[in-house]
Amino acid sequence: MLSLVNGPQTNGNGRGFWLAFLAVLTMALIYPVFADSYDVGNFSYFLIWIFMALGLSLIWGYGGMLTFGQTFFFGIAGYGYGVLAIIMGGGTATIAALILSVFVAAFAAAVLGYFMIWGRISGMFFGIVTLAATLSLAFFLGQTAGPEWHIGGARLNGFNGMKGMDPLTVGEVYIEGTILYYVLIALILVTYLGLRMLVNSRIGNVIVAIREDPQRAEMLGYDVRKYQLLTFCIGSGLAGLSGALYTSWGQFITPSSIGLPAAAMPIIWVAFSGRSDLTATLVGSFLLLFGFQTITIYSQQAALVLMGALLLATVMMMPQGFIVGIAQAVGRRWQQLSGRKRSGNGSLQSGES
Amino acid sequence: MPLIDIKGVSKRFGGLTAVSGVDLSIDEGEIHCLIGPNGAGKSTLFKLIVGVYQPTVGSILFSNTDITGERSYARVQRGMSIKMQAPSVFKELPVRQNLDVALQQKQSGNDLTVERERLLQLLDLADDADKPAGALAHGQQQWLEIGMALALRPRLLLLDEPTAGMSPEETHRTGELIKSLNRDGMTVIVVEHDMAFVRQIAQRVTVLHLGRIFADGTLEHVVNDPRVAEIYLGKAHHG
Repeated sequence: MLSLVNGPQTNGNGRGFWLAFLAVLTMALIYPVFADSYDVGNFSYFLIWIFMALGLSLIWGYGGMLTFGQTFFFGIAGYGYGVLAIIMGGGTATIAALILSVFVAAFAAAVLGYFMIWGRISGMFFGIVTLAATLSLAFFLGQTAGPEWHIGGARLNGFNGMKGMDPLTVGEVYIEGTILYYVLIALILVTYLGLRMLVNSRIGNVIVAIREDPQRAEMLGYDVRKYQLLTFCIGSGLAGLSGALYTSWGQFITPSSIGLPAAAMPIIWVAFSGRSDLTATLVGSFLLLFGFQTITIYSQQAALVLMGALLLATVMMMPQGFIVGIAQAVGRRWQQLSGRKRSGNGSLQSGES
Repeated sequence: MPLIDIKGVSKRFGGLTAVSGVDLSIDEGEIHCLIGPNGAGKSTLFKLIVGVYQPTVGSILFSNTDITGERSYARVQRGMSIKMQAPSVFKELPVRQNLDVALQQKQSGNDLTVERERLLQLLDLADDADKPAGALAHGQQQWLEIGMALALRPRLLLLDEPTAGMSPEETHRTGELIKSLNRDGMTVIVVEHDMAFVRQIAQRVTVLHLGRIFADGTLEHVVNDPRVAEIYLGKAHHG
């Protein structure tokens, strides 16, 4: 089973890759020892979005379904966590709130996905419907400022957003700061390895086959709709995980995290990184989030313009994604160098003999 | 006993009737060719059998089970295997993985590996196993698709113009492969234009014309029917 972390659907399957992976993981684990708590908190914020990016990579890059709906499920689970954490009274119940809110997002994905996939909505119309869903939710939540908009004791608060929920808590311990950082690292590790195993499994074979030619896949006896729905639910559930963690991290959520600029962001991260590779998505999304946040300190408008320019550059210059492109170029160069080294050794040996 | 039984099937597209009142039974173990001039309704009938289209009227039975309303994947799970007219392989995936997607329906582990390697040898694609399927020549893509169809170990193999774009040598090899599969008990339905290929493989031939069955029987019977020569073979010879 563990052997599935390597396979045809993932770049980076060799010993060198896994050694580099361990080195990066080690650096990530010791980072809080050297960094101040503000930077650790910022890093946690970047890591929170990675689940959404990985989910989009699965749905779009591997499954071939372009969705703008990641923020829809992010919002459902984000607001869901807020409502449940307040209703359930905080404390350790927040863990149940997190799990339940992710399930609610995945269930919403099952319902929306069922009507779209069974209704034969595909291609750009899939993107349009999911975008409409996220915009509708953002507009709906934006007009919930009145006191009548509440679920139990949880007020939705319109554009000002929800607040007052506890962060994730176990017993007396709040999962914040450095603890949250380590929890996020662990969750990303599990998600990343789990997704690698999924895409390299028999199910993953079918998912990419459907992306290539759905009719051919059906002619091999696969009910294409069920595989597409499964892909959509898992990817959207991961967006939900980002949403619930985001609300727990900041103890607030507003409709702007679901609106149009927010909906475009995951598309840019994943397109720039290389949508059909999980590792590229993980690395590229983190770098973009880091860059975006750094530029936002000086000018949010400039950061948004840069994101748009990056998307344009990706589409025109490297449609498979910059991180994937750079990784492939480095890989080719590495092979050339090691090939030269081998042939050099060979001629030396033959000269000696 | 018929393996596939088509009863009074018609298919209309708006005002156009592509297939009209077709009754056709195909026995288990037969190689059955569907021929006819362009626009005769061969490919439409093929798509009705495989479930791409649903008949406007009529029913289709597979092994005495009504499959008229079933989607293609369910028919494949019952034991059909399909190769459509245009080569349709997973172009960005390696040849090996194309076969795996098909093979994993019936096998796993070492059995799958052994069967994949056997098919790669049979299809003469062993040297190209790691290439993306889209990089193969047209004829090789046709072979790969036939290999994917065989990987399902079907009771009924349906091939729509399997030799389109193949060289004469490749066409002959395809014919020999079909005959060998048939000797092992597989039923085969082939839609084909190439009469030399039909002569090589056919045990029974159905001629379609204007969406109806025009003639049906052994190849000799059909070839010697002057009406058939007029509507199809004559045109082919003169063409």
